[in-house]
Parts: sequence; C-alpha cells; structure tokens
Amino acid sequence: MQPSDKNKLKVYTRRATLLSGGMMLLSAALIGRMYYLQVTNRSQYELLAENNRISMRLLAPKRGEIIDRYGRPLATSITDYRVNVIPEETESLQKTLNTLSQYIPISPRENNRIVKAAKRQRSFLPINVAHNLDWKTFSKINVNMPELPGIQPDIGTTRHYPQKELTAHIVGYVGSVSKEELNGDPLLELPEFKIGKNGIEKVFDEKLRGSAGNSKVEVNVLGRVIRELSRQDSISGDTSRLTIDIDLQKFVANRVRDESAGIVVMDVHTGEILSIASTPSFDPNDFNNGISQKKWDILRGDIRKPLLNKAVSGQYSPGSTFKMIVALAALEAGVITADDEKNCNSEFKIGKRIAHCWNKNGHGNINVVQALAQSCDVFFYDLALDVGIDKIHSMAAKFGMGSRFNVGIMSEARGINPNNDWKIGNQGSRWQGGDTINVGIGQGFVSTTALQLAVMCSRLVNGGRAVKPKIFFNDEESTKIFEDIGISPENLRIVVQGMDDVYNNPRGTAFPYRSIGKDYKIGGKTGTTQVTGISMAERKAGVIKNDEKEWIERDHAIFVGFGPVVAPKYAISVLVEHGGGGSTTASPIARDILEYMLDQEINKKNKVGLGNLV
Amino acid sequence: MPIASRAGDHKQKSVRQKLYDLNWFIVFIIICIACIGFAMLYSVAGGSVDPWAKNQFARFLIGLTAMVIIALIDVRVWMFLAYPFYIFALSMLVIVDVMGVMGKGSQRWLDLGFMNLQPSELMKIALVMALARYFHCLSDDDTLKIKNLIKPIILIILPVVLVYRQPDLGTTLLIVMGGITILFAAGVRLWLFVASAVALIPATIGFWQFLKPYQKQRVLTFLDPEKDPLGTGYHIIQSKIALGSGGIYGKGFIQGTQSQLNFLPEKHTDFIFTVIAEELGLIGGLSLLLLYFILLGYAMIVSVSVKSQFGRLLVLGMVTTFFFYMFINIAMVMGLVPVVGVPLPLVSYGGSAMLTLLVGFGFIFSAAIHKETYIPRGGSFA
Repeated sequence: MQPSDKNKLKVYTRRATLLSGGMMLLSAALIGRMYYLQVTNRSQYELLAENNRISMRLLAPKRGEIIDRYGRPLATSITDYRVNVIPEETESLQKTLNTLSQYIPISPRENNRIVKAAKRQRSFLPINVAHNLDWKTFSKINVNMPELPGIQPDIGTTRHYPQKELTAHIVGYVGSVSKEELNGDPLLELPEFKIGKNGIEKVFDEKLRGSAGNSKVEVNVLGRVIRELSRQDSISGDTSRLTIDIDLQKFVANRVRDESAGIVVMDVHTGEILSIASTPSFDPNDFNNGISQKKWDILRGDIRKPLLNKAVSGQYSPGSTFKMIVALAALEAGVITADDEKNCNSEFKIGKRIAHCWNKNGHGNINVVQALAQSCDVFFYDLALDVGIDKIHSMAAKFGMGSRFNVGIMSEARGINPNNDWKIGNQGSRWQGGDTINVGIGQGFVSTTALQLAVMCSRLVNGGRAVKPKIFFNDEESTKIFEDIGISPENLRIVVQGMDDVYNNPRGTAFPYRSIGKDYKIGGKTGTTQVTGISMAERKAGVIKNDEKEWIERDHAIFVGFGPVVAPKYAISVLVEHGGGGSTTASPIARDILEYMLDQEINKKNKVGLGNLV
Repeated sequence: MPIASRAGDHKQKSVRQKLYDLNWFIVFIIICIACIGFAMLYSVAGGSVDPWAKNQFARFLIGLTAMVIIALIDVRVWMFLAYPFYIFALSMLVIVDVMGVMGKGSQRWLDLGFMNLQPSELMKIALVMALARYFHCLSDDDTLKIKNLIKPIILIILPVVLVYRQPDLGTTLLIVMGGITILFAAGVRLWLFVASAVALIPATIGFWQFLKPYQKQRVLTFLDPEKDPLGTGYHIIQSKIALGSGGIYGKGFIQGTQSQLNFLPEKHTDFIFTVIAEELGLIGGLSLLLLYFILLGYAMIVSVSVKSQFGRLLVLGMVTTFFFYMFINIAMVMGLVPVVGVPLPLVSYGGSAMLTLLVGFGFIFSAAIHKETYIPRGGSFA
C-alpha cells in the first residue's frame, strides 16, 4: 500500500465519521418528530382522524298521522315504491335503463335527466328513476333484478291524503322546505324532508314532525358509507286527532254539490267542530311533490276560489242572521219587550234616505219574535237606532264577532264588529245613524265568517255560554262547561223562539224548508246579502231576479241553524256565495245536514238500546 | 485463513468462500425490511396480496438475486465498468429526455417490455461508481487541487440537468447530495464546502426562478400546509393526522382508518411509512428505523475497513443514497421537508427504486467481501 493511500484512509475515516454524525443528528430529528406527532400531539390527531372517518346521518322520523274523531285517517304516510339506479353498479347505465323500460315507461326526457345526474354526482349515489309504482310493477322489477344491474328497488314514504278534496282546507298539505324556512335544524336540510305548508299540517307541524334519529357511519374519503357504527332510531311524530267526523264532512260536501260554499257544523256545548267545509276544494295530494304549474294556474284562475277556505278565511256580511244580536242587545237594554210591536209599511225614513224592507207589502204591526221569523227589515232599522251601535257592538262581541278563536286552522279571519272608534280608525269619519241602520240588518260595515256565525248560533242556543270552537280532539275537555256570557235566559228564550219560528211558523222565512215527519224540530235564521248595490233606477224598473243575474253578481245566501229545538245539540252555519236567497238555497242545505246529524244520533241511541236488550 | 486474507491473495477466494464471507445477518435484516413492506402492501390493499404485495415480492426476489450476484463479483470489475456504466446511464437519460421532448410532458422511464426502467435510478449508482473511480485514481495531493474538481463536478452536473428537466426534483436532489457526499468523503478541502454553502444562498434564489409552478407550490405548501387544506396541503395534513392518531401502539394491522378509508394519498408508494406509523404506532415506526440503522451502521463500518479508496467511496455513496431515501421519505410524510417523490427504501411499492437499493447493497457487500483487495491507483487490473 502506498503511503498516500494511507493518508487517504485517514482523511476518509475522519470524513466518514463526520458524515455518520450528521446522519445520526438527522435520524434523531426524525425520531423526535415521530415522538412529537405520535405521543405529544396524539389526542389532537386522533380527534382529527375520527372527524375524517365518522359521519352522522340523520334518520328522518315518520310523520304523525292526522285522524278524524273516530280514528279514520285524514293524512297518513304511505309506502312509496321507488326504483333507483346506482350508476357504478351498472355495466352501462343506458343498457340498464333500456332493460328497465320494459317494466316502466321512461320518457326520453327522464332518460336524459338520469344520465345528466349520473355525470354530476358520485357514481355510488343512487338516482331516482321512478316513484309511486304500484306493487305489481315493483315486484316485477324485484323478480327481474338479475338482468337489471345497478337497479335498486327502494321503499320510502309519501304523505297521502285519502280524503282528497274533502279535507284539503282543514288538513292542508306538506311540501319541500324552502330556503326561508331553514332554521338551523339539520332535519330540515334532508333532501327529501317535507314540512307542513298549510292547514293542520302547518299549525301542528312541530308535533307531527317527531324527532330525528341518527346513524353514525364510517365513511371513506369519497363519502361512501363503509359501515354503521351506531344508531339511534327516530321517534315518529304525534298523531293528531281532530274533532271532524269524516262521514259528516263527506255528507256536507255531497249536499253542497257545485255551490261555492263555506259550512261549519259544531257541537253547541263542547265547541267541537264536526265538519268544516269549503267548496270547491282541491286535492292536497297534488302538492306533495310540488304542484304542476298547469294545475296551479287552474286553481288560481277559478273565480270560485278553491284555494280560499270560505269557512274561516272568507269574510261576509252576516245579513239577517245578525238580527238576533240586535234583538238581544235591545231586549237586554230594556229598549223593547217581547210584546212591544213596531209597524212595518215596507219603508223606513232616516233623514232624506229611505230604507226598504225586503217585503214590499210591509209586515204591519209585529213583535220581536215575529220580526225575527219573518226577517222584517224595517223593525230592525228602527230597533237598531233605538239601541245604538255601542250596545249592538258589545253584544256582538259577546257572541264572538270581530275576534279570532285561533282554533288551529290557517288564516282565520277576524271579521269586523264595527263601532264609532272602528269607523274613525278605518274610515276616518264619525259613526252615522245610517250606519247603525245598515248594521241593524247585518249589512254595512259588519262582516263575519261562517265559523263566527256557527259560534254565535251555538252561544244563542246553549244557554248563553261562551263556547269556543275547537278542532283538536281532547276527551278530557269535552265535558268542560264554558262560562256564562251574562244574558238573561228569558231574553235568550225570546230570540230562540224567533229562530224556531223561522222554520216552524207558517209565516217563517224558511217554513217551506222545515223538517217534516221527524220527532224533532230544527230552528235557524235566514240571511241574504247583496253583493252589488241596488240603484233607484233598478228599484223602479223592478228588482232583477237573482236567476237572471250573472253568477258573480248574485246575492250571497246565508243561514245559521240548530237542532233539535228542544235541548239543542248542534249548530250550523251555511254560507253559499252568490247562492241567491238564504231561505231558498242555504236553509235546505242546513236542514238536510242537521237532519243527517240528528237521525244518526237517534240511530246510535237505538243501537245502544238494542245492545242493552241483547 | 490468515493467508487468504493477505493482500494480493484475493484471487484465490472461491465462490463458496465468498458466500461464506457474505454477511447473512445483514441479508436477513434486508429481508425483514422487505417483509414489513409486503405486510403493509397487503394491509393497504385491504388485506389482499393483490394488487401490490404479490408483485412486490416477485421484484424483491429478482433484486435479491441481483444483489447476491453483484456481491460475489470482484470489486475491480465494478471499478473497470464504472465509466462505461456512467456513459450508458447518461445516454439513457438523454434518450428519455429526447422522448419527453417528442412526446407530451414529463418522461421518466423507458419501457423495456418486461419492466419500466428509470434511467435516473441507474444514474444514482453510475455517478457514485464514476466518482469513486475518479477519486481512487487521484493522489492525496491531487485531491486537494481545485482544478481536479472540474471533472467530478461535470460528472455531477450532466445528469442533474437531465433529471431536473424530466422534471424530477426528488431524484435531482438525491443525485446532488450523493455526489457532494462523495466529494466530501474523498477529502476535498473543507473550506470549499463552506464557500459553496455561502454561495448557495444567492444560487437558491436564482434556482427558485427556474422551478415549475407545481414545484414552487409544493415548497410553499410545505411551509404552510394549513393554508390550503383541500389543495396541495391536504396530503401533508392527512399524513400527519394518520401518524399522530396512530399513537404509541397503533390502531392495529389493517385497522388504520386514515389508510383503509383512503384519506391517505399514495399510501402504497411514497406515503407507506404513514400506514406503518398509523397501524403499528410509534413502536412500529421505531422498529423499522432500527432495522435501517443496523444496515447503515454495518455499511459505515464496512467502508472504513475497505482497503481501496474506490471500495470505500462506493460503499459510502451507496449508504448515503440509502440514508437520503430513508430520511427524505420519512421527513416528508411527517411534514419536515416538502413533498418530493422519494420512496421509502425497500418498503414502498415500485420496482426501480427497490432494484437500485438492492444493487447498491450488492456493491456494499462486494466491497465488504473484497475489502482486502488491493487496487493500484492507475486502474483496476493494473
């Protein structure tokens, strides 16, 4: 070995030692870093790893049912047979769709939608192909699964309203959550989640909704679910039991036929609303998955306003049905007694104005009972002036006019129970005597809803108790006795006598439409309100008969009724838009409905009696 | 056998004797490391030998055979082949460069039909051999002369330019560091390194201008990974989460959530250390490091006992290459250095790097078996 090579070794050894030292330092840095990550900061990274891996999936709760008083479904969640396709499990998406089209029709537009969706989203996510399939088709697809790669039959739920148009205005409908409705509740952000949009569905929404469950799942980096780690099942929404009797509701709708009407039937003691109908109606099932523009336009364009709930949202002049209030106000104030008479010669002068009675021949000398039975206008013009608007106003208020009951049906209208303050506030002028005359026969500024009229009638015949209408069934509350509104029983009796005579006195306005051949009597009060004013010229030329007018110009027909006259149980209000006369159109409807109710009552009692005998 | 160990008696060593002299314990350690690799590839495939573990095993067998054959061949043969091999590797680099210009974008490998050959991997070995031979042939005095540094620097710069053009920043750095290490070990004056380091500062600024946008991005992301958590920083963050959440004992074999659920990028290649650390914990990571240290320590001890400068520098070049692979890879997955494509030696999936490292160990063993062999300054068989 040459000497220089020896030196080389020496230099090399020194340098190699230095290098080794450097390598050791670097390695120490690696170990230090490992310790820092895996020991010092371990918990922090463990948390991050768990966040990566675990995803919470909300489980939508089953929406509660809405049932009638006897438990029959009004809104229910039904099984929806659907077919989805998972693109990554198909050999070719188009091929699978082609095969599937042997079982269900797939339009080119649908096909296009599915193909587009497949391009847009992760290939393991399902795309809905069809829903609302019948069981036969659904099972056919299930049987043929082997030739349908990627097809995934799926069973979901859809809201269903078995009574369709019958309960649309009561129950309402559900719809997808809008942006404005998002409130941070993650449940609302589920893509298929529906919330109440109208009616009981909306008012009772929180309770019907139930509470969400959740499923902790492990996901991979693409969000694919690998397995479920834990699950907390959702809690179904509460069932909402209504006071509605769906049989009665059906009867009412059939009886009204094509009229545009609002009808309320209630128990005069408990306030339970047995039927609340508004016709024409719409099918709430159309709204579940978003109504088509065409259907919506038809509903919106209909002059008979199918979307409006005429029983609670429509506000109408009560007409002559308001005369009971005026009469009671006068009797209570001592302005009149049962025997006091007034003369009607068909005309009533106030200043320069002449107000007319509906009866061109006049009623002659009549007392308050007769005036109610025959609906004499002149009697009530005079009586209203005698009593004054303030007493009429406070009496009307006692019977529920001008206020909401908040029963739980959407858009309950308040109506107008006018007085001087109201007129100054709303019309900017003082109350005039002429205003009082108009209110005396339920026209002018006063306006009410069918619901308010039914409540008024109930309070008149239940012994003067402040019964409140309700739509949610509650057994414990059904025996609750409402407070007395403080009217003398004798005065109530006088007014009720008048209502009895409307049907049952030969001179009563609804005598031709009375109940015949029954063990019971029914009572009520007719009302007809003008939609358009009658000009002097028209009056001279002779009033045009309703039948000859355009539908939209015809008078509204109104009726409030109750039965039986002895120990009243049910009250009804019937409001037929542009129906013509209260006696001719509304009172027969009220009679038939009351008879249906009372006959059923008797049948029920008989059945119970027979049962006891056996 | 004292006679056989005497200088000049090397020719008498029979194949059997050489096989006996081969350090089988170190071979065993290499097999152990490779087995950790197979196990992890089995794990990241979700508990399957397909698609990685099986292939890797086959490549390892080929590499191991090549290693033993190289170990048995006289180290003078390797010295003789150093320059031709360098020229061969350089021409391959030129070929891929030309192909890259003609084709589209980056081109790093040649398709040989049975395997993809990365000329840059060949070059790592060829450069070490060429530099070792060059310094072997210089006298002590000549080593200190600056003019004698021109040739080795050209030897280093040629492949660096070509590999950088591919572009492959990781391999470029490995080649530069490998070359500089040999210059250092060969005894080039220390002040030159210090001066170069000082000169490097403005050079780095200049170099920055030449970096491709994605390379700049990698460096920037390295400096602040949280800045862009869903973009380029994502890999580093997810890798650190995997490592950190593994803790001391790990989540268990095939139980790593980060790796099994694909939150980790490149988990079978560059980021496989993360899988080890996640599933086997600090214990697993340190065990692997220990195995690496045994290999490195053995090689360093061998290098100082080798009689020829060529042999010493060859061993040192191979061992530092091995060390840089290991250090850069692990430091990268732990967020200590920017993400550059450097595999974990003998563990990451991939043929070229595994072959390079096993061939490198072949040379280390060859130098070890033939450590008494005298090679005159003039040439291998002179």
